[in-house]
Amino acid sequence: MAELRLMKGNEALAEAAIRAGVDAYFGYPITPQSEVIEHLMAERPEERTGMIVLQAESEVAAINMVYGAASAGKRVMTSSSSPGISLKLEGISYLAGAELPAVIVNVVRGGPGLGTIQPAQSDYYQAVKGGGHGDYKLYVLAPASVQEMADFVPDAFEIAFKYRAPVMILSDGMIGQIMEKVELKDQVERLTDEEITEKYGHWATIGKKGRKERNIITSLYLNPEELEERVNKLVKKYEKMEEEDLRYEMIECEDAEYLIVAYGSSARIAQKAVQLAREKGIKLGLLRPITLFPFPKKQLLKLSDQVKGILSMELNTGQMVDDVRLSVEHKVPVEHYGRSGGIIYTPEEILEVLEKRIIKDGSIRHNKTGEPSLL
Amino acid sequence: MTQEIIIAGFGGQGVLSMGKILAYSGMMQGEEVSWMPSYGPEMRGGTANVTVILSDDRISSPYLKLYDTAIILNQQSLDKFESTIKPGGVLIYDPQGITHHPSRTDIDIYQVEGHKLASEMGNRKVFNMIVLGAFLKIKPIVDLDNVMEGLKRSLPDRYHHLLPLNEDAIRKGMKSVIDYKSENQLMSEQH
Amino acid sequence: MTDNALTYCPGCGHGTAHNITMEVLEELGIGDETIGVAPVGCSVFAYDFMNVDMTQAPHGRAPAVATGISRTWPDKYVFTYQGDGDLAAIGTAETIHACNRGENIVIIFVNNGIYGMTGGQMAPTTLEGMRTSTSPYGREIESMGSPIKMSELVAQLPGTYFVTRQSVHTHKNVRKAKKAIKKAFENTRLRKGLSFIEIVSNCNSGWKMTPNESNEWMEENMFPMFPLGDIKVNGKLKQAS
Repeated sequence: MAELRLMKGNEALAEAAIRAGVDAYFGYPITPQSEVIEHLMAERPEERTGMIVLQAESEVAAINMVYGAASAGKRVMTSSSSPGISLKLEGISYLAGAELPAVIVNVVRGGPGLGTIQPAQSDYYQAVKGGGHGDYKLYVLAPASVQEMADFVPDAFEIAFKYRAPVMILSDGMIGQIMEKVELKDQVERLTDEEITEKYGHWATIGKKGRKERNIITSLYLNPEELEERVNKLVKKYEKMEEEDLRYEMIECEDAEYLIVAYGSSARIAQKAVQLAREKGIKLGLLRPITLFPFPKKQLLKLSDQVKGILSMELNTGQMVDDVRLSVEHKVPVEHYGRSGGIIYTPEEILEVLEKRIIKDGSIRHNKTGEPSLL
Repeated sequence: MTQEIIIAGFGGQGVLSMGKILAYSGMMQGEEVSWMPSYGPEMRGGTANVTVILSDDRISSPYLKLYDTAIILNQQSLDKFESTIKPGGVLIYDPQGITHHPSRTDIDIYQVEGHKLASEMGNRKVFNMIVLGAFLKIKPIVDLDNVMEGLKRSLPDRYHHLLPLNEDAIRKGMKSVIDYKSENQLMSEQH
Repeated sequence: MTDNALTYCPGCGHGTAHNITMEVLEELGIGDETIGVAPVGCSVFAYDFMNVDMTQAPHGRAPAVATGISRTWPDKYVFTYQGDGDLAAIGTAETIHACNRGENIVIIFVNNGIYGMTGGQMAPTTLEGMRTSTSPYGREIESMGSPIKMSELVAQLPGTYFVTRQSVHTHKNVRKAKKAIKKAFENTRLRKGLSFIEIVSNCNSGWKMTPNESNEWMEENMFPMFPLGDIKVNGKLKQAS
C-alpha cells in the first residue's frame, strides 16, 4: 500500500531509496543534504531490506565506494551538496568512463568555494556540461517537489542500468529542506545475489565463477583507436538518451505569447508567476525541463515560432540560458534572470522582470541598450 | 482556498514545529501543504521562520513576497514581516517584548499573550500551541480534530501523553485572542 | 596468471608479487570468488596479468573501491594491489580509514620508494638523500619530510588484524611473502578484518641500476628503514626487538 507522509525532500529521497530496493548508500555529511544519511541511519535499512549504509571518511571515498559497489553490479548511490560534488567529480568521470550504473544526488547550495548553505542552481554547468574530465555526460533529473525527490530515485536507477551510466539527481536546498505531502511507493525487494549474477554477471566484477573469461572494469585505454571507440560508444548512449528518455513539462503553453524556461525550484516559482501573469491578462507559459540532459531542444525550437520572447530564469548568473539560446537558434529573443548568493526570487519579482525586459510593448529590451539592471 | 502563512520568531520558540503541526493538520484534512523553513546557523539562537501553505490545488512557489497571514513572535520578525502581509490580511503577534507595535491600518491585527498564558498554565513549552489556537480562531482553516490528528502524527509516541495538555493550550489560545485594532481604538477613545 | 606477457621492466619485483598472489588464490581454491582492485601506477595493468575479476580504481582510491565491493558482497574475497605513491601519498586517507574500519579485505602494498610509472619521481617512501627526478639533489628531510612507514602506522589501528613486511628478491623471501599472503586471504575467510601485506621491492629502472645492483642496494638501504617481518599478528602488535 502506498503511504502518505509529510516529509522533507531529503528524507523522502532517502526513504524512497530504501523502498526502491537500493543495495547501498555511501555518503558524507554536508548541509543542506545531511538529512539523507541521517534518515538512512535512523531507519536501520540493513535490518529492513539488507541495504548497506556507510558514512565514508570523505566525499572522495564515498564516490569510490560507489564505484566499487557499482562495478560489482549493485544498485548504489551517494548524495552531497555542491562543494562535496566537486570532490566527487573524479569518481564520476571514472564511473562514466568505466560504464558503471550509479546514482549521484546533488542538493545544490550557492558557490563558488564554500559559498553558502542556502539554495542555488549554480551547478548546472557542472552537472550538464561534464564537470569532471573527459568526454562524458550525465543523465540529469531535476526534481521540483518532495514527491519527485522520492519518485526520481527508482527512475534514476532504471536509466542508470538501462545505459550502464551514472545518473545525477540535481536538486537544491529548497527542494531538499521543504516539507510536503509525499506518497511513498511500496517496498521493492532488493535483487538477490543470484539475480544480480544472472543479470549483470557478464560484465560485473563479482568473481569469475561460472565464466571462462574474467571481467575487467576499467576506463584506461592507452591505444588511441580503442579509446576513441569507447568514447564514440558513450556518444551513442547519449544520443539514445536524447531520443528515448527526454522528460519535460509544459504549463499553459498552448496559447502562450511569452515563455519562461525554468527547472527545479525555479520552476515552482515560475509557475506562480504564470498564474499571476494570467490574472493580469498576460499570456505566459512555462516550459520546465525535467531532464537537463537530455534538454528539450526541439520543444523549445517549436515554441520559438509561437512566442515573442523567452525569459530563462535560474538561481545563478546565467548557465541554462546558453542551452535555451542554442535551442531556439536566434529565432526569438532570450533573456536571463537570476539571483545568487542563496537569494531566491519571488513570483512577483519574476513577473516584474518579464514585463520590463521581455514584454515592453511587445518588443524586447535588449541587454545592450544600457538600461540599468533590475538588480 | 489557498492560505499562505509566515511564522517567525526566535529559534527555540517552536516556530518550526508550530508550522509543522499546521502542515500536518492540513494534510489530515486532505489539503496540499508545504512547509519551507529558514535553515542554517540562524536556527541556532537567532531568528527562525517558516512559510506554510495550505491549498486545495497543487502548490507552486513555496517562496512568497506577500502572505495572507503573519504569525509574529519577536520584534525583529515584526519589523521584517509587517510589510509583507497582503492588504486585508492578518497579523497575529505576542506583545511580550514588543516595543514598536504594528502600525498598518489595511490589515487585521490581533494579539495573543502566549508567553503569559503558557506561564499561567505552568508549561512554557505549550506557548506555540496557544499561538496556534489564536490563529485557528481567526482563520478556522482546519478543524480541531485534524489539528489533534496532525499533532499526533508529528509527535513521537513517547510524547503522546502530552496531547491533552496541547489541546488545552490550543483551546486557551482560541479564547484569548485580542483584536488589537479595536483595543487600540478603545484606548484612544478613552484618552 | 593470464597468458599475457608481463610488461614490467626485467628485474622488477611486481611480476613475482603478482605471481605468488595468484598462486595463493589457486591453492586456496578461491580465485573464482575473488575480486582484485588495481591501482594507478606501474601496476595499473595488474588486471592484464592477474586471472581474476578486476576493477581498476582511481589513483589512491583502491581501499574505498574495495570497501564498496566487500560491503555489498561480504562473502567474496577482495584485495587491493597498490604502490607507494597510490597507497601512501594520494590515497593515505582511504588507506587509513579502510584499515581503521577493519574492512574484511587484503591490501598488498608494494613499496619501492619511487614513482615508477611516471618516470622516477619522489615517493612518500623515498629514502633520505635518495635522488629522484623531483629530488635531483637527494631527498632533504627538512623540506620534503621523512619517508613514511605505512605498516607501522596502520598497525596502530584496531581495525588491522595482520600487518607484515616482506620482500620477493630471494627464493627464501618469496616463500615467506607467499605464506603471508596466504594467511591474509585465510583471515578474510575467517572474517577477521584487514590484512596489510607490505612488500619492499626494487625499481631498477627508477633507481638507475642493474637488477642485481638494485637488490643489493635494497638490502643495504631500504631494509634498515623498512625492516622485514611481522608487525601485527592476530590483532596483536609484535614487541619491537
